[in-house]
Amino acid sequence: MTLAQVQIQKREGGTCEANNGFCPDWIADNLDRYVDPFLQHVFLTVTSVAIGFVIAFALALLAHRKRWLLPPLSASSQILYGIPSVALFLLLLPITGRGSVTGLIALVSYTLIFVFVNVTTGLDGVPKDSVDAARGMGLTERQLLWRVEVPLALPEIFAGLRIATTTTVGLAALAFFAGAGGLGEEITRDKGFQSNIAVAGGLAVLLALVLDLLILSVQRVMTPWRRAAM
Amino acid sequence: MPEAATLEFRGATKRYPGHEQPAVNELSLTVPAGEICVLVGPSGCGKTTAMRMVNRMIDITGGDILLDDRSVTDREPAELRREIGYAIQQIGLFPHLTVGDNIATVPRLLGWDKPRIAERVDELLELVSLDPGDTRDRYPAQLSGGQRQRIGVARALAVDPPLMLMDEPFGAIDPINRESLQNEFLRLQQRLRKTIVFVTHDIDEAIKMGDRIAILKEGGHLAQYASPAELLMYPADKFVEDFVGADRALKRLALQRVRDIDLWKAATVRVGEPVPGARAKLDDADIDYLLVVDDDGRPRGWLSDRGLSGERVTEEFRSKAQPVVEMDDVLRDALSDLLESETRYGAVVDDGGRVQGILSLEVISQVLQAPPEEVPHGADAFVGED
Repeated sequence: MTLAQVQIQKREGGTCEANNGFCPDWIADNLDRYVDPFLQHVFLTVTSVAIGFVIAFALALLAHRKRWLLPPLSASSQILYGIPSVALFLLLLPITGRGSVTGLIALVSYTLIFVFVNVTTGLDGVPKDSVDAARGMGLTERQLLWRVEVPLALPEIFAGLRIATTTTVGLAALAFFAGAGGLGEEITRDKGFQSNIAVAGGLAVLLALVLDLLILSVQRVMTPWRRAAM
Repeated sequence: MPEAATLEFRGATKRYPGHEQPAVNELSLTVPAGEICVLVGPSGCGKTTAMRMVNRMIDITGGDILLDDRSVTDREPAELRREIGYAIQQIGLFPHLTVGDNIATVPRLLGWDKPRIAERVDELLELVSLDPGDTRDRYPAQLSGGQRQRIGVARALAVDPPLMLMDEPFGAIDPINRESLQNEFLRLQQRLRKTIVFVTHDIDEAIKMGDRIAILKEGGHLAQYASPAELLMYPADKFVEDFVGADRALKRLALQRVRDIDLWKAATVRVGEPVPGARAKLDDADIDYLLVVDDDGRPRGWLSDRGLSGERVTEEFRSKAQPVVEMDDVLRDALSDLLESETRYGAVVDDGGRVQGILSLEVISQVLQAPPEEVPHGADAFVGED
């Protein structure tokens, strides 16, 4: 098994390419080879954040209702996050084999902590008097959760989602260790070549930025009261 | 839903595990429909606990609480709470909902349709003196403390509940705004006549707002349950006496207005009247002075025997008519006016400034002897003014 494929590639072109420089012409000509890895990267990020969000959100709600679950669940998500990412990808290989599934499992496990911690702190931060008033007016526990607590925790929840997404874009660049593809594969394929690094790396940064702005705009739409308070 | 409910605590007790003393100890009292019952006492006396037992925010561990003869323990808590207005000191408005949506909370839980809710929201905003068009779509953070407090009251009134629970609803407001919110609330109560349980630590607020006051002492014991006047005149024990304060008589005077009591008749004369007639009036009068009035009956000054020397009453030897007391003044303020003017008598005038009688220190001290049943309380004692 080769950990990192160090290979000298033959590239077409002039002196710029030969010198491993930053070559706009080469980039323009070769952009299409980044499309699939980029889409793969988007898939890995969005899918793992979505799955991770659902799992962590459900666990956080559970811990909110059953307080004794909070310490073990926090600890578990922390331990998962503590495993070095490359190690986790490699650890999973013998179990789930090479491919997207292995990549997703590892990426999902890293998103858990951000969402879990932020949902629980968000729910804990809901003003106690609003909760008391809600109960006193006759909201059931379920109505209290969905009509008062979750909406008021949204800013924290979105903050967790943003960190999880940005982090996952970065970590997905290592998913090729599990054979899940992504921009990381392109970066390592020709890591001595500045043009390649600039495009593959740049696309990852761009993806992180776009996803972040997307989440931010959804947040602004869903929490109009936050702007009113200013 | 009935307009107002009768609430009865029947030996209601709350005991927390691990605590030797109960938080509320065999509390028994009845709040008649349409009256304000103020629960008052030092911190830790169990007054808030007692209030929260009514809508089962805290469940009783002994005795019973009956709402219109039905035990609250037989009711589903959420369903029970929707029938009981709930307003707390911190208000607890939902920051993520507009004013209109905040007020609509319980109507929505009860499944009212949209037009009915919209209509009710506007009606309630007007009821608490806020402009619906201006306020409805704002968020709580965009409002002042006083406005938020009003929204809290409007929200508690949303489904016209027969019973309201209010825990220090004006506690977090500065004294001037608190005074006007209290007045506004009493004016509202004059119209609505809800049954209200009102918690406060402030005895002055209790005396002002309550038809009946329940004074609780530590360990959740009921020290006394009585009308404000009775509490002030006949405190049940040393604790109540200390709690209502050394100025009991003055507080008692603050419950009554000049118009509520029997005044002395004023012997009035006009400038130019013949002296013999004026002298005859003076002989019949309750006091040794005649009150000179102008042609409209407005007081001009006091005249004593010494002033009646010529043939006709003149303006000489007249001392100024100080103080002039109005019918709507509370007796405590009127007494203060008398003391300030260093006099035993004051002319009482109506809205038009015309003399209606004489208020004297003797009249005021007689008032203090009157039985407490004759003293108005709560919304009845309140005469619309800010």
